[in-house]
Amino acid sequence: MSDYAHLKDRIAVVGVGNTAYGNFPDRDDYGLGAEAFRNALEDCGLEKSKVDGLLVCRIPYYARMGEILGLSPRWTMPLPPHGRMSAMGIIEAAAALEAGLCDYAALIYANIGRSRRVNYGGEESPGVWDPFGFTSPGAAHALMFQQHRAKYGTTTRQLAEVSVAFRHHACLNPDAVMKQPISIDDHEAARPIVEPLRLLDYCLINDGAVCIILTTKERARDLKKPPVLISGIGAREAYETASIANYDPDCWYHQARDVGRQAYGMAGVGPSDIDTLMCYDNFSPTVLFSLEGLGFCERGEAGGFVEGGALKVGGRLPTNTDGGHLSNSYMQGWALNVEAVRQLRGECGARQVQGAEVAQFCAITPCSRSIIYTRG
Amino acid sequence: METPLPAKPCPKIDPVSRGFWENCHRGILSVQRCEECGNTHYPGTPVCPACLSSRQSWAPVSGRGTLVSWVRFHQAYWDSFRADLPYLVCLVRLQEGPLMLSNFAGEAPDDPPIGSAVEVAFDKVDDELTLPKFRLTS
Repeated sequence: MSDYAHLKDRIAVVGVGNTAYGNFPDRDDYGLGAEAFRNALEDCGLEKSKVDGLLVCRIPYYARMGEILGLSPRWTMPLPPHGRMSAMGIIEAAAALEAGLCDYAALIYANIGRSRRVNYGGEESPGVWDPFGFTSPGAAHALMFQQHRAKYGTTTRQLAEVSVAFRHHACLNPDAVMKQPISIDDHEAARPIVEPLRLLDYCLINDGAVCIILTTKERARDLKKPPVLISGIGAREAYETASIANYDPDCWYHQARDVGRQAYGMAGVGPSDIDTLMCYDNFSPTVLFSLEGLGFCERGEAGGFVEGGALKVGGRLPTNTDGGHLSNSYMQGWALNVEAVRQLRGECGARQVQGAEVAQFCAITPCSRSIIYTRG
Repeated sequence: METPLPAKPCPKIDPVSRGFWENCHRGILSVQRCEECGNTHYPGTPVCPACLSSRQSWAPVSGRGTLVSWVRFHQAYWDSFRADLPYLVCLVRLQEGPLMLSNFAGEAPDDPPIGSAVEVAFDKVDDELTLPKFRLTS
């Protein structure tokens, strides 16, 4: 059986850093990335000269990033600006560290989509469905939620629970972009974008950057903060309907099942052991699909599962405690992995999940990934 | 003086997709079929996704299918669609297997039941372009 079991508890997250999040027209990706890198180095107390691995995501040119930071690594990996890349990058870096391709890997993500007015949908190069007016990742999630609604009776008020819980967390997070609490009624009254989804089902688009520093468990002992270990990994792609971008006829249920099986099996835990979940939330429906696929509830029952504030800190499954993409920051999964680390370190202040020992990241997308983190 | 409406996005006609659009022009819905293994799929691909053969052709299909999902756009991602707002996009699974995104032909139903039977109805946009759309069949 092919799996990642040999990587269990071998690699540690030792440093995390981020910038402020918002609209920064005077700054570029490199400047934001550099600030996040500096903060992550400070977080772990590592000397810059020790960094010999560089992974960049959504950064225009990896070599320019290296020049700016004064790095001469022996391992470099650039990743495209897709939301699904965060855990893909962390897993690649973990494998590179385990293989000895580098000793300390810095993973840097930056996004200037807000200040540069990046649109998702209606791109200039014509897609196969453009003549019918179909475009945008949100529309693909609207298609899937419509199916979920028809098949299982899931309601938009249940969907609202996701947005309301994450906004509640953002109000507890000093870094978060969105600070106004919202109610289920606010969600229902919001402007429709691609029905059945409304504005509050859509993630933010904002500027900012995140950096994560990884090394081996042994090297982690010499650094400032208690290490957080990568204990479980799962991965499965779904390319069969890639021409309908961001759409899967089964809401990635089968891929998520497979990812969960791998990650839980490797970590030796199950969904009931997860103290806090960090769930990729470009659009609110994907949270429901993730909960079902990973086995937090039965298929078709996520609408009921999230009712009554279940995803809030203090609820049955505190999820996206930083506010997620919907209300904290559109750092495309990277900030959610940082939040998992901070929860396990007990650094989350008003939004801390008391006694958190096991945190899970998941991105249920055409490239589904999950990482289970534990205290080292 | 009226400003001419901006043109809607056109399909990209290339050596792979040309056969599909020529068939639409003649009122025939087709999917790409592998001459080696019989795999059918849409959109077209330069090689068969099952057996990697380059010997593929556009095979006529029944034009019948099932409504898998639909959404209603309230946002104009192109100026050329602004006048149509709100408009519906439907997702159809053809009897022969492939999925197709399209619109409802003629007046769009208000709340079409998922799982409904649909059939193709061609919409001649101009001399160059005919789009395959779908209508509910009772």
